[in-house]
Amino acid sequence: MGLDEQKTAPSVVRADAPWRHDAKKDELRVIGKPIRKIDARSKVAGLTKFADDLKLPRMLHMKLLRSTAAHAVIKHIDVSKAKSMPGVKGVLTGQDMPIPFGILPVSQDEHALCLDTVRFVGDPVVAIAAMEEEQAWDACRAVEVEYQTLQTIGSSHEAAATDEPRLHDYGVRGNIHRLENLEFGDLKDGFARADHIREDTVFFEGNTHLPMEQHATLAHFDKDGKLTIWSSTQTPHYLHRALARVLHPLPAHHIRVIACPNGGGFGGKSDPFNHEIAAAKMSMLTGRPVKIALTREEVFWCHRGRHPVLMRSKMGVTKTGRITALDFESYLDGGAYGSYGTASTFYTGALQTVTYAVENYHFRGVRFFTCKAPCGPKRGHGTVQPRFAIEVQLDKVACDLGLDPAEMRKQNLAPRESLTANFLRIGSMGLGACIDKVVEGSGWKARRGKQERTKDGRIRGLGLACSSYLSGAGLPIYWNGLPHSGVQLKLDRSGLVTVFCGSTDIGQGSDSVLSWIVGEVLGVDPLGIRVVTSDTDLTPVDLGSYSSRVTVMTGNAAMQAAERARDIVARGAAEHLQVPVNRLVFADARVFDSENPDKGISFQDAVIAAEARCGTIGTVGSYTPPKTAAKFRGGGVGPSPSYSYSACVVEVEVDPDTGIYRVPKVWMAHDIGRALNAAVAMGQIEGSVYMGLGEAMMEEMAYRDRSHKGHRVFVHKIPSLLEYKSPSTMEMPEVVTYVVEDPDKNGPFGAKEVGQGPLLPIMPAVANAVFDAVGVRVDENPISFEKVFAALLAKKEGKDARFGPSLGKDGVPQVDFGDSLKVKTPWQGGDGTAWNEPKRDKKAAK
Amino acid sequence: MLRLPTFSYHRPKTAAEAVRLKKEHGKDAMFVAGGTDLYPNMKRRHQTPTHVISLQDVPGLASVDVQQDGTVAIGAMCRLSDLERHAHLLAHYPAFAHAVKEISTPLLRNMGTIGGNLLLDTRCTYYDQSHEWRESIDFCMKKDGAICWVAPGSPRCWAVQSSDTVPVVCAIEAKVELVSPEGSRTIAASDLYRDDGIQYLTKKPEELLTRLLLPAPGNWKASYLKLRRRDTFDFPVLGVGACVWTDAQGVVTKASIRLGGAGSFAIPAVDAEKALLGHKLTDEVIAAAGEKAMKPARTMDNTDLDVYWRRKVAPVFVARALLACK
Repeated sequence: MGLDEQKTAPSVVRADAPWRHDAKKDELRVIGKPIRKIDARSKVAGLTKFADDLKLPRMLHMKLLRSTAAHAVIKHIDVSKAKSMPGVKGVLTGQDMPIPFGILPVSQDEHALCLDTVRFVGDPVVAIAAMEEEQAWDACRAVEVEYQTLQTIGSSHEAAATDEPRLHDYGVRGNIHRLENLEFGDLKDGFARADHIREDTVFFEGNTHLPMEQHATLAHFDKDGKLTIWSSTQTPHYLHRALARVLHPLPAHHIRVIACPNGGGFGGKSDPFNHEIAAAKMSMLTGRPVKIALTREEVFWCHRGRHPVLMRSKMGVTKTGRITALDFESYLDGGAYGSYGTASTFYTGALQTVTYAVENYHFRGVRFFTCKAPCGPKRGHGTVQPRFAIEVQLDKVACDLGLDPAEMRKQNLAPRESLTANFLRIGSMGLGACIDKVVEGSGWKARRGKQERTKDGRIRGLGLACSSYLSGAGLPIYWNGLPHSGVQLKLDRSGLVTVFCGSTDIGQGSDSVLSWIVGEVLGVDPLGIRVVTSDTDLTPVDLGSYSSRVTVMTGNAAMQAAERARDIVARGAAEHLQVPVNRLVFADARVFDSENPDKGISFQDAVIAAEARCGTIGTVGSYTPPKTAAKFRGGGVGPSPSYSYSACVVEVEVDPDTGIYRVPKVWMAHDIGRALNAAVAMGQIEGSVYMGLGEAMMEEMAYRDRSHKGHRVFVHKIPSLLEYKSPSTMEMPEVVTYVVEDPDKNGPFGAKEVGQGPLLPIMPAVANAVFDAVGVRVDENPISFEKVFAALLAKKEGKDARFGPSLGKDGVPQVDFGDSLKVKTPWQGGDGTAWNEPKRDKKAAK
Repeated sequence: MLRLPTFSYHRPKTAAEAVRLKKEHGKDAMFVAGGTDLYPNMKRRHQTPTHVISLQDVPGLASVDVQQDGTVAIGAMCRLSDLERHAHLLAHYPAFAHAVKEISTPLLRNMGTIGGNLLLDTRCTYYDQSHEWRESIDFCMKKDGAICWVAPGSPRCWAVQSSDTVPVVCAIEAKVELVSPEGSRTIAASDLYRDDGIQYLTKKPEELLTRLLLPAPGNWKASYLKLRRRDTFDFPVLGVGACVWTDAQGVVTKASIRLGGAGSFAIPAVDAEKALLGHKLTDEVIAAAGEKAMKPARTMDNTDLDVYWRRKVAPVFVARALLACK
C-alpha cells in the first residue's frame, strides 16, 4: 500500500460495517483499548455514592427483628412495648405485607416479614423504624415473639428422610423442592463402548459472595403517591416487579427503582429482598423516607450463595480418554427458600456438555429445602460444583489411564459451531488455545509430577482444569416474548451522547461497556459519553446484571441504537458536506469523507446538522437472544447466545507434615471472544482467580448444630468478615493471565463473557495440584488444610489416600428420581423434543 | 450497621486519676487503650460499660526504657506498630517483636497497644458474635447465659486465650506492673492469667496495667510460632511461645514452652520442657519434645480450623518453635 492509499484508507472504521464480530483490531478505535472505566476516578477517590451514602430530610432508620428459631410457627407477636419506645415511628409485621414474592414465578415463597412460619435463624419477623438506628435496635429488643418450634431440617440427607414437617407446601413432595431426570442419547451403549468406567462421589460445600458493600436501601413514598427506592441491587427490574406485586394496589408505574452502584454483587444482590420491600412499606406507613443498612451478619442471612452440592459422577472413557457416556447426579441443599434454586438445579447438569463433547448424557438433580439461609446464584451459578466434580474426575481418569490430563482434555473438546447432546448451541470455542497457553506458560510438561521440594521443605505440585460458562441466559426468568435488553440514545446540539439503559454496574464495568460500544460506533471519546443506567423511570428495561448477560445483551442493544443514531447523524452530515452517506466515516469525534479525510465536520456540528434536518435525535435498540434449539421440558436452562472458555494451571506448595499449603502462582487463559477492553477483562479474570482461591482454600457457609436438653440449636457458625475466612492479599498469588480471542458472531464485536467463567477451574485445579504434589485426593471443596492432612494420614496408614464423602449409594440421600425424560441427541437424529412423557405423579413417585 | 451503645468518655491526665475514676464507677467503668478489642466487643454487647476511661492522656505509659540492669520496661500504651519496629527489641527480643508483628493487621497494630494485647478478652466462636446471634443460642455463660456451648456439661467457660504476645512473655518470664489506688505491684506475667474463660485475669478490676518488664538478655533464646488460616488478620489457633536457657556447652538448663490459642490461658507444655532438660537441642531431642506437646494442647471446637487437627499438628509447631531456639 502506497502512502497516498494509506491516507485515503485510514485505519479507522469503514462506513459499511465497522462493527463486524470479526473486525480486525486495527479497524477499531475504542474497542480493545485499555481505556479507564468511566466511573474509575470517582470510585478510587471514594466519591461514588452507594445506597448507604444516601440521606434524605426526615429520614427514619429501620431495623429488622429476625427469627431466633431455625423452624417454628409464630404463635404470637407483641409489639406494644416496642411501639412506645423512644423515637419509634413505625412497626410492621408479616400481616402488613401478606402477598408472597420470589425471584422466579414458580417459587413465590417469601414474605417481606414472615407471615406465620420462620424457616431459618435470621428470617425477618418484625420491622421497626425510628429516628435513630440505635432506637430501632433497642425497640426490636422490646418485641416479644412466641414461637412453637418445629423439627429442624439441617441437611440434604435430613430433608430426604423427612416428609413432614415440610418447609413449604409446594414443590415435588416432602422437602424436595425440585427433581429433574433427563437422559440424552443411549447411556447403555455409551458405557458398553467404554474401556474404563470411573465412579466418584464428591462434595462442594456452600459459600457466600462476601461483597464489600453490605446491602442498603432507601425508600421514599412521596406526597404525590409515588414510591422511589434506591437500593444495592443487581436487578432493579425484578425488584420493581416484586414491589408492584407485594405493594398492590400501588400501580407499577408509581414505583421507581434506582439501583445504586453496587459495591460488589457476585449474584448476592440479584433477588428482590425482604428488607427492600419492608422499607418501601414502612415509608408508605410513616410518610417519611426510610433507610435500612444491613449489618455484615444480615448479609449472611440474605445469602443466595453457592449451594452445598453432593455429586455422584459415573464416566465412561475409551483407552485414549474419549468420553463415551456420563451419568451425573447432584443433590443440592437449597436452604429455606426457592430463590433461583430451580435454575441452580438445572445448571448443575446443563453445561457438562459444553466444555467436552459428551456423546451420551444422563443427569439427575434434586434440590432440598433446609433450615438455612437460602442459596441462590453465586458467580458461576450452579455450574461451579459439577465443574469441580468433572475436572477432578478427569484428572483421576487420566491418572488411571496414564495419560497427560491436558492432552486428554484436548481430545474431548466440544466442537465449535455445534449442537451438544442436550441441544445447546456452541458458537466460537477457544478452549484448545486456552489449554495450550497455560500448559506452555506453566511449564506443565516438564514440571508436572516432579514433587520438587521448596527450601522450607514443602512439595510442589501443578494442577490443571478447564471450564465453560454462558454469556447470558437464553430465556428470561419470567415468561415473556419481550427483548431482554433495551438501550436509548439521546444526542443533542452540545455534542453530548447520553446512553440510557436498565443495566446495573456492579463493579464489573457494564456502564463503561455501553460507552465503549457507543463510542466506537459514533466515533466519539467514550469518556465524554454520559451513561444513565438502572433507573426504572428513566431507562429502558434490561433484565439485570446476572448470568454474565450484560456485555452481550446490552452491548448488542447499544450497538443497534448507536447504528440508528449514526444513520441519522450521517444523513445530516452528508447533506452538510455534500458527500454520499455511504462514504462517511465516524472517528476521532469527527465525521468525514473516507475518500477525502480533510473534508469533514466535528461530531457536534454533524449532530447539529442532523437535528436541523430531522428534529430532536433519539434512537432505541434492543436485543433478544436467538431461539433455543432445546424444546424438551427443562431445556430452557443452559442455552446462551455464546459460551466462554477457560483453562488454568495452579501451582501449590504443600507441607507434608501439616497439610498446610500455599498457592504461589496461577496461570489462567480465558476465551473471551473479543476483549472490549483487555485491562478491564484482566481485572475480571484476576478477580475470579481470587474468589476461586477463596472457595478452594477456605470459604464455607458452616453451621453450628448443637442440642441441649432436647432443644436443637442450628445457626450459621461464623457470620462475620473476621471468621468467615476469605483470602487476604497475603494469600493472593502471582497470576499470569492470557486473554484468548475467538470472536463469536452473536457478541458485540465478537465479545463473550468474562465475569464468571474464569472462577470455575480454580477449585478443581487446586485439588488436582495437591494430588500432583503429595498424592492424595481431596474430593470435597474447600480443600482445607485439615482435609489434606487427613488424606495424608490415611495414605500413611495404608488406607485410601483420599478425603471426601463416602462412595456408593449410601453416600448420597435416598431419592426416587422416577423415570427419565428421554431426548434423542442431534447425532441420533433428535429434534430437541423428548420422545417420552414420564409420569410426574407426586404420590406415586414417593 | 452495628452501633456502639451510649457511654460517657473520660480522659484522665494521670494514672492516679484513672484508677480513681475506675474505683468511683466500679463495674460500670472500663479502661480503654487502643480500643481495637473493646469497641467491637461493645458493639456486640459483650461489654457495656457506661463509663469508658481512656488512657491516652496518661503520661509515661508510651515509652520503651532500657534499664540499668539490662531489663526493658515497655509502657502499656506503646503502639504495637512501634514495638514491632523498635531497634532494641528487634536486636535483643526478636521473638517478642515477631509476636507483636503477628498480631492482626498493620492498621489495627497502629491503634492497638501492648497493654491491650496482654489483657485481650478471651475468644470463642459462641461468644464473639452479635447480640442477635447469641440470642438465638440463648447465650452462653461468658455473657448473658448459663451454659458453655463448647462443652455443655462443663461448669466452666472454655473461651480461648488469643493474644500473640502472652505465650512469649510467659515463656521468657517477663513481669508486669499493676497500679491501684493502694499503690503498685509487680508480678510475673504468667501469674497475671488463670485457666478460666471468664475470669481469665488475676488482676483486680481497679488495677491498671502500666508496664511490661522484659528480662535482661542472657543465656536464653526464645521464639514464637503462630498457626492461623491466613498470614494476616487472624487470631492464633495455636501460638507457641518457647524459651530455652542453655549453658556454655549448649545443654539445656531450663525450658519454658507455652501454648497459646489452645486453652483459656497460655498452657505450659511441662513434659515437653522436661524432655529438653540436660540435652542439647538436637533434631531428635526436639522431635521427642514436640511429641509431648500434643497432650497439654486442650483445643476445643470454638475457634477457626478443625479441633483435632490443631491438636495433631501441635507437636510439629512446638518442634519448629524449638528449632528456632537453637
